[in-house]
Amino acid sequence: MTLINSLRTQPDDRGHFGQFGGRYVAETLMPLVLDLETEYRKAKADPAFHAEFDDLLEHYVGRPSPLYFAPRLTEELGGAQIWFKRDELNHTGAHKINNCIGQILLAIRMGKTRIIAETGAGQHGVATATVCARFGLPCVVYMGATDVARQAPNVFRMKLLGAEVVPVTSGAATLKDAMNEALRDWVANVDDTFYIIGTAAGPHPYPELVRDFQSVIGKEARAQMLSRVGRLPDVLVASIGGGSNSIGLFHPFLDDPSVKMLGVEAAGHGLDKEHAASLAGGRPGILHGNKTYLLQDEDGQIIEGHSISAGLDYPGIGPEHSWLKEIGRVDYTSVTDTEALEGFQLLCRTEGIIPALEPAHAIAAVRKLAPTMDKDQIILVNLCGRGDKDIFSVAEHLGVSL
Amino acid sequence: MSRFASAFRPDHSALVCFVTGGDPTPDATPAILDALVEGGADVVELGMPFTDPMADGPAIQRANLRSLGAGTKTADIFAIATGFRARHPNVPLVLMGYANPMTIRGADWFAAECTKAGVDGVICVDIPPEEDPELGPALRAEGISLIRLATPTTDAARLPAVLDGSSGFLYYVSVAGITGLQQAAQASIEDAVARLKAATNIPVAVGFGVRTPEQAAEIAKVADGVVVGSAIIDIVATEGANAPAKVRDFVRSLRTAMDHAREKTA
Repeated sequence: MTLINSLRTQPDDRGHFGQFGGRYVAETLMPLVLDLETEYRKAKADPAFHAEFDDLLEHYVGRPSPLYFAPRLTEELGGAQIWFKRDELNHTGAHKINNCIGQILLAIRMGKTRIIAETGAGQHGVATATVCARFGLPCVVYMGATDVARQAPNVFRMKLLGAEVVPVTSGAATLKDAMNEALRDWVANVDDTFYIIGTAAGPHPYPELVRDFQSVIGKEARAQMLSRVGRLPDVLVASIGGGSNSIGLFHPFLDDPSVKMLGVEAAGHGLDKEHAASLAGGRPGILHGNKTYLLQDEDGQIIEGHSISAGLDYPGIGPEHSWLKEIGRVDYTSVTDTEALEGFQLLCRTEGIIPALEPAHAIAAVRKLAPTMDKDQIILVNLCGRGDKDIFSVAEHLGVSL
Repeated sequence: MSRFASAFRPDHSALVCFVTGGDPTPDATPAILDALVEGGADVVELGMPFTDPMADGPAIQRANLRSLGAGTKTADIFAIATGFRARHPNVPLVLMGYANPMTIRGADWFAAECTKAGVDGVICVDIPPEEDPELGPALRAEGISLIRLATPTTDAARLPAVLDGSSGFLYYVSVAGITGLQQAAQASIEDAVARLKAATNIPVAVGFGVRTPEQAAEIAKVADGVVVGSAIIDIVATEGANAPAKVRDFVRSLRTAMDHAREKTA
């Protein structure tokens, strides 16, 4: 039965989440995104597609990821019980691989023979290079030249995996420019190329299909919670750059009214300075194929995001988050670079887990939230990536030379 | 007769010239636009700069950055348009750019500003027919032409949707790709123009990758118009203060070659 009042049936048939989303692409790409939508509808209805996806997630990615109660962090904060969805234990070290598995299966289904992707910190690039190696497809990853310099270990990983990494020097040479360059590649290689977008943004159907592939996080967590403690959590917390790990956790819970949700944006140096909090500091506009909250000036020129976490410094956010903010279903907050660094160290010290700087933002928000809640309440946090990639930048920020 | 109707006449192929507004500075643009007209441009496309021009090649990307780096604002673009209209009452003026700068203050605001500035048409790269409500109704209400793009991937099933609500002219993007790089084979252009002209009465102009008088002349034999952009932008980029004179000479060379090509086939 379809729930008439469900919040889980978005987007509409034009790919809109309320006023957000849509397909704002050049005419050359329009037939391609329509084609992708048609093929995705077929795949979604095909049990064989799901079977292959599930099989790869289990045996290649290592799912289901554990649900872990964090006793010492809970004790330290002195309030609600804190549980982690351990997506940092996935193959390649982050949630990004879930989506890449789904999209490469779609690409193969559509007969595409060449894969392109954009990447910021390099996690999505590594995940894409990984699935391309696994399926033997050539892979080109666009990465801002600034990020290539900042993220040398991930660049090397991608090359080891057989991908070609193209440094993008146009614009500000960061993630948004890498996405522009990937779109330029796609428009020039329409026949053979599949663009694996890394976050739940871009033209329809990308926000929907990325969300669907990432929803494995929330589906597993919901079932694990029910089986472990016999009830749903009170609050879900996840960090947000483009918003794929958070929408993946949140979406399966949207119709559970008792479950509150908190998305954590990157406040960088502070919301009155340089930051990457599109919802807190931006307003609706059109970029990269969708209408959503964007950091921009009064003329609609895009402003670069800043965050200590290269995975969060995107000036936009997935359109479903913009919609969930406007209808009030999800609360959004932000934490600064400094707070995220404190969250990072807190988790290292209390639980023996080195998180990526992205979920360190979620931990920083939990640090403020947990003490305000009762001890019988439950916070579920998405630990969406591990911190190996970040130890160099964390050391630099802490004034330690390695 | 509308300005577009006088520009796209049966006796010649219209020369449509693009430059990015505010490149290298807002003050420099009027003289460059005048040079386009003096050289023989029939339609002027004024690019609205954007931080993220994802359909453009390196030449126009850099022009956008030069313009924004010089501090060009949307208000400057409309001031440039208003001045152009005063100096050239009969030359069609088209604003070309991306959705966000056009819609950020609301489509109604944008359409009203276009009317005030004497703009005849608008090309918005990233609003396809599927998202027409974002801009199309506001432009049509003001009598501003919405000029759509057709591409090699626009198949017969899709073409009616592209034509629905289009006016002024149809811009055929001759290659699947970004501006200013490779050019399509003449045969494929001829086939495409024939296909488009069978489906619509509005003029068909062909662009993307047209860089030389010879290429323009070949296309002029079959199309109602030829669009040249990156090659002019390159002159602006390299010539500095001398740009207007060089732009005028280059545009004149395009115009002359196109006229000769038509005479030979006539």
